[in-house]
Amino acid sequence: MATEHFDAIVVGAGPAGSAAAYTMAKAGLSVVLIERGEFPGAKNIFGGVIYRKQLEDIIPEFWKEAPLEREVVEQRLWLLGDQSVVTLGHRNEAFKDPNNCWTGLRVKFDQWFASKAEQAGALNIYETVVTELIREGNKVVGVRTDREEGDLYANVVVVADGVNSLLGKSLGVHREWQPDEVSLAVKEVIAMPKEKIMDRFNLEGNEGVTIEFVGNTLGMAGLGFLYTNQDTLSFGVGVMVSDLKKKRVKPYELLESVKQHPMLRRLLQGGETKEYAGHLIPEGGYHSIPPLSGDGWVICGDAAQLVNFVHREGTNLAMTSGRFAAEAIIQAHTKGDFSRVGLSLYDRLVRESFVHKDLKKYKGLHNFLRDSDPTLMFDKLPRALNDAAYQMLLVDGVPKAEKQRMAMRGITDAAGGLMNLVKLGAQGWRAMNG
Amino acid sequence: MHIVVCIKQVPDSREIRIDPNTNTLVRQGVPAIVNYYDLHGLEEALRFKDEVGARVTVISMGPPSAEKALRQCIAMGADEAVLVSDRAFAGADTLATSYVVALTVEKVAEEFGPVDVVFCGKQTLDGDTGQVGPGVACRLDYDQLTYVEKVVDINEQSRTITVHRHLEDGVEVVQTQLPVLLTVLAELNKPRRASLPGVLRAARYKPIVWSTNDFSNIDRTKIGLKGSPTIVSKTWVPEPRKVNTEMIEGPTPQAIAAEVTKRLWSSEAASRLGWS
Repeated sequence: MATEHFDAIVVGAGPAGSAAAYTMAKAGLSVVLIERGEFPGAKNIFGGVIYRKQLEDIIPEFWKEAPLEREVVEQRLWLLGDQSVVTLGHRNEAFKDPNNCWTGLRVKFDQWFASKAEQAGALNIYETVVTELIREGNKVVGVRTDREEGDLYANVVVVADGVNSLLGKSLGVHREWQPDEVSLAVKEVIAMPKEKIMDRFNLEGNEGVTIEFVGNTLGMAGLGFLYTNQDTLSFGVGVMVSDLKKKRVKPYELLESVKQHPMLRRLLQGGETKEYAGHLIPEGGYHSIPPLSGDGWVICGDAAQLVNFVHREGTNLAMTSGRFAAEAIIQAHTKGDFSRVGLSLYDRLVRESFVHKDLKKYKGLHNFLRDSDPTLMFDKLPRALNDAAYQMLLVDGVPKAEKQRMAMRGITDAAGGLMNLVKLGAQGWRAMNG
Repeated sequence: MHIVVCIKQVPDSREIRIDPNTNTLVRQGVPAIVNYYDLHGLEEALRFKDEVGARVTVISMGPPSAEKALRQCIAMGADEAVLVSDRAFAGADTLATSYVVALTVEKVAEEFGPVDVVFCGKQTLDGDTGQVGPGVACRLDYDQLTYVEKVVDINEQSRTITVHRHLEDGVEVVQTQLPVLLTVLAELNKPRRASLPGVLRAARYKPIVWSTNDFSNIDRTKIGLKGSPTIVSKTWVPEPRKVNTEMIEGPTPQAIAAEVTKRLWSSEAASRLGWS
């Protein structure tokens, strides 16, 4: 059989790859979407938040058909002490109609999204691993797979093969991660009857809640999460790999320890753990973004480090970068130029969008977190805040002015003095607003 | 040479769960695969096709979602795939199923040419009866060769086939005339992994779908629940056998092994077997 030639090959049927394949197929390009898992989402552990805006730009009114879990009407942030919590939160009916975001399970979501690409005309093939890129000189002209007669040619290859991007490495735009550039998220899906979830989280109908928590992560830089799905909870915690290494803590030990916190234990108890999984999340941020295109290739999503870890946005950056890549390829297709110059629209679209701007805003944060003491930010300060709240609310005959002084002293002591606290605040602010 | 391979889409037995209330298989959320034994039948047909040339048609009765299983067969190298799908077939037992499958083989013969060999798996992973294959053979009036572990030869000139049947007390070598229906064991071969062109062809392929209306001669009293005299009077899950487990520990693997050996030799089982 003569080797086939396609307009585009997309490697990886995650949100970036499916968005790219869908957009190109809809524009009439011949597209192959190659996924190594048994089905799209098979390699995914994400139980998290799917935002409306970015997916709506690709598939209008997707919420009418996509497998989503609950409509998020309330977001909580918890600062955990040993046995206590200081909570911040916002609940608003205005988040509904149309919804701001949903909880979702990507195992289901990715299958749906890839099937949309297929319906649009893409050829989806699974259980197929792309082992390398085929080049002519500097130009990428196709992919080699692990199947027999497994070479496939195209004008452009969209590299969307995820955080460990083997193809990105082969392009030389993706070096091995440093342990302080990735975090490891470990997650459980916990089954619980619908009514129980609705009672415990104060929900009606299809409403959902997300809880993020800081503190109690054994002194490591990290963030925990608890999301309500239809009849399961997604519960997990992500910490920097470098901290795990330093502390010699196993990821599941961390998860078990966090679960014992009285606030979380109450919400989780009686649930049955259905799945346990771990996944790497790129957190290098702005400074780790590689060149996004070259002769005959573009790179999207996690593979390109496009994750905004401050706002837990990875999926929608991935989808948006996939769409931008597709738009650039469609333009290149019209012009018949698939060189770096011909594909440069992709770089420009990313640069001019929220993807780049958001990552730039937080560009200092990665170094700030890396250079600051994780026990301070993720243990001592949340703890001190809890102590302060306790002192302020405890009625024990001590005058309030004295209490306020004690509370403030607790926080400044935790930070190593007032000067340090002010410095930390200023650095933190700069890091978040670079 | 025209070979028909019968396949069934079944829940992946590695991920099967049983509903504790109804004692039936939970099919929802369990990945569907091609019945394991059927793939060995397909592989044998494809080897024959590769070596001497043959037309391979895969057929299945099932819901529309079974198209996925048929596409997998196309990816491996089958020429055509036919899905027989209709709500009227639902609830069929092995008698009603073999009736529809036999009709399908006859219709395949009419449309794509006379059939020489039909391959079936020895049984399915979900039903485990092993009755449909022989049932189809009876209805078609083909010779049936069950428990086949090796196909020695299919001779087109003399229209004979020679196979090894795996029986409880040995191997039976038999020869018979074509057309024939075989039910096969996993020992037969190792199913291939589809090539990339195969996978691409499968991604584009739309199986042929036949409903009851496509069979002019169908007897509607013989299909679906109506045509199924089987009554499931009771199902139950056997009680897990209680075994007293004892952990044997020791300072080294060798010490643990020595202790285990000692216990085994002095056990009741050893004396019953006449070891000690």
